Amino acid sequence: MQSGIFHSTYKADMALRRTHAEKIRIVLLFLAILIFPFFANRYYLTLANQVAIATIGAIGLNILVGFTGQISLGQGGFMAVGAYTAGILSARMGLPWYASIVVACFATALVGAAFGIPSLRLKGLYLAIATLAAQEIILWVVTHWDAVTGGVDALVVPNSTIFGRPLNDDFVFYWLAWALAGITALLTVNLFRTRFGRAFVAIRDQDIAAETMGINLFKYKLLSFAISSFFVGLAGALIAHYRNIVTWERFTIDVSVTYLAMIIIGGLGSVRGSFFGAAFITLLPAVITNLGRVLKAQFPFIDSVMPFIQQGTFGLVIILFLIFEPEGLNKMWRNIKDYFRLWPFSY
Amino acid sequence: MDLFIQLTLTGLTNGAILAMAALGFVLIYKSSDVINFAQGEFLLIGAYVIYAMVAQFGLAWPIGMLITILVAIALGVIVERLVLRPMIGEPIISVIMVTIGLSSLLRAIVSAIWGNQPKAFPSFIPSTPVRIFNATIGADRLWAIAIAIIMLGLFTFFFRYFKEGIAMRAVADDQQAALSMGISVKKIFAWAWSIAAISAAIGGALVANIVGVSGELSGFGLRVFPVVILGGLDSIPGAIVGGIIIGLLETYVGGYIGQGLNQVLPFIVLIIILMVRPYGLFGQEIIERV
Repeated sequence: MQSGIFHSTYKADMALRRTHAEKIRIVLLFLAILIFPFFANRYYLTLANQVAIATIGAIGLNILVGFTGQISLGQGGFMAVGAYTAGILSARMGLPWYASIVVACFATALVGAAFGIPSLRLKGLYLAIATLAAQEIILWVVTHWDAVTGGVDALVVPNSTIFGRPLNDDFVFYWLAWALAGITALLTVNLFRTRFGRAFVAIRDQDIAAETMGINLFKYKLLSFAISSFFVGLAGALIAHYRNIVTWERFTIDVSVTYLAMIIIGGLGSVRGSFFGAAFITLLPAVITNLGRVLKAQFPFIDSVMPFIQQGTFGLVIILFLIFEPEGLNKMWRNIKDYFRLWPFSY
Repeated sequence: MDLFIQLTLTGLTNGAILAMAALGFVLIYKSSDVINFAQGEFLLIGAYVIYAMVAQFGLAWPIGMLITILVAIALGVIVERLVLRPMIGEPIISVIMVTIGLSSLLRAIVSAIWGNQPKAFPSFIPSTPVRIFNATIGADRLWAIAIAIIMLGLFTFFFRYFKEGIAMRAVADDQQAALSMGISVKKIFAWAWSIAAISAAIGGALVANIVGVSGELSGFGLRVFPVVILGGLDSIPGAIVGGIIIGLLETYVGGYIGQGLNQVLPFIVLIIILMVRPYGLFGQEIIERV
């Protein structure tokens, strides 16, 4: 009978996986990810790939918003930078896909850091508005810089191959996307065991106090923007190579909002939460569409109102989560675990 | 020169409409420290309700306007009670996100009822062209300027001489001190949201009269940000001046340079202002202590 998890050594406290159950769960999850593509059909593979890309993007945003406390509404714009850089490099300059993705990540990190400069003077609300401006400015540049981005026309990205198989094949892309999602998660979890990660968290909790303790606010805030944008750019570049087409409509302010919703519903400041949130928000429209299909026999008008139902549900889910479980799915998951651990004396 | 006058007049009217949308925004921020991303949707709902009253139910437009204002009050109170009150004391990001969720929900409801097609609005203010110097401008646009000025006057009056207005300022300054003075903070929040919804509804009706009703109207929610940052988030004269400056800027750039630069320029201005003077032209500078 245990009443909680208590560690008696620093090593145990700092460990990534603290209990046996956690180790078993991670192995099971790993196996599930390995086995899944052999049983899933194309529809489910596509969904899984979308979840993987969204997970990478959500982890990136969470580094900035959840861990460093800098609210960003510029996610869509930063993803556009990643996607367009990767797309242009492989379409116009013939770079191999992996090189284009790496360059795209660094380019996005640079742009992210540049738009992070106002964060030195601004915080909270004002920073949110400044990043909103970043979103609008980036998207405007994308749609008006015809010579490079092709303006409002779609940018066609040539299909690449990996080990002789097409990259945009759902089965092939699955391995790439999930491997990168896993690496991103691992890197991020470890980032917060270093001095950089701890500085980020200190800035989030109280930035002036952090500064008096010797944390260079400007440096670490920019670094947070850069690291966050690096992963966001990765997600954008993956979209470019998966879809083989880049259009500005995919990176509007709605995307920024969607990703914010992911990390809020999943849980701010949590890598696991980012995954939960990404999966939840990505799968929600699919579930609603399928429900609509089932109910169509009884309610024939449902087809025409489907887009509104999806949009409304999205808004409603955000509101309900914020009111009833502000710490998100991650907290729910912990509650469930606690319930079973403390059974039969859980309250 | 003719082009200049024309652009100035158009800019002034656009600015007046922006100012109307910004007014409600500032009001909510001033009294409850909440930034309302659903302000554009309030505008949208105002426009559609008056459209429904006048065009679909065939009411006379003064009655329609009255009903719209009542609906706006109800909307403001309901939103404040159900959505914003549980958010008191939550971090900023939660408050921002809840109003974003609200905007998504409201837009979905509006398009579920009225569809996505733009609709012609039965204009209640004639758009007969008026000649001023060598430029022509619709009378409805001049009305927009007039109404914005009237609203500004009313709001200034309200905040200076009305008990509720003074209480609202007290709440904005310090909620605890206001509470101990016997002011009901809850009631003040309800007031603020209703008034914001009313000003958005009137703004919506004016815009609808000029450009027609469509989902595009909610775009005003985003265009308001440069205005309020320029004027200062907590300043009512700031909202008006900021609205007019941004409106003029947009039309001048659109008229003389073009290339869609007018869409992005307000946001560039916004970033510059945030870097130089984050509290805006008329906003209150806040000194932060640990």
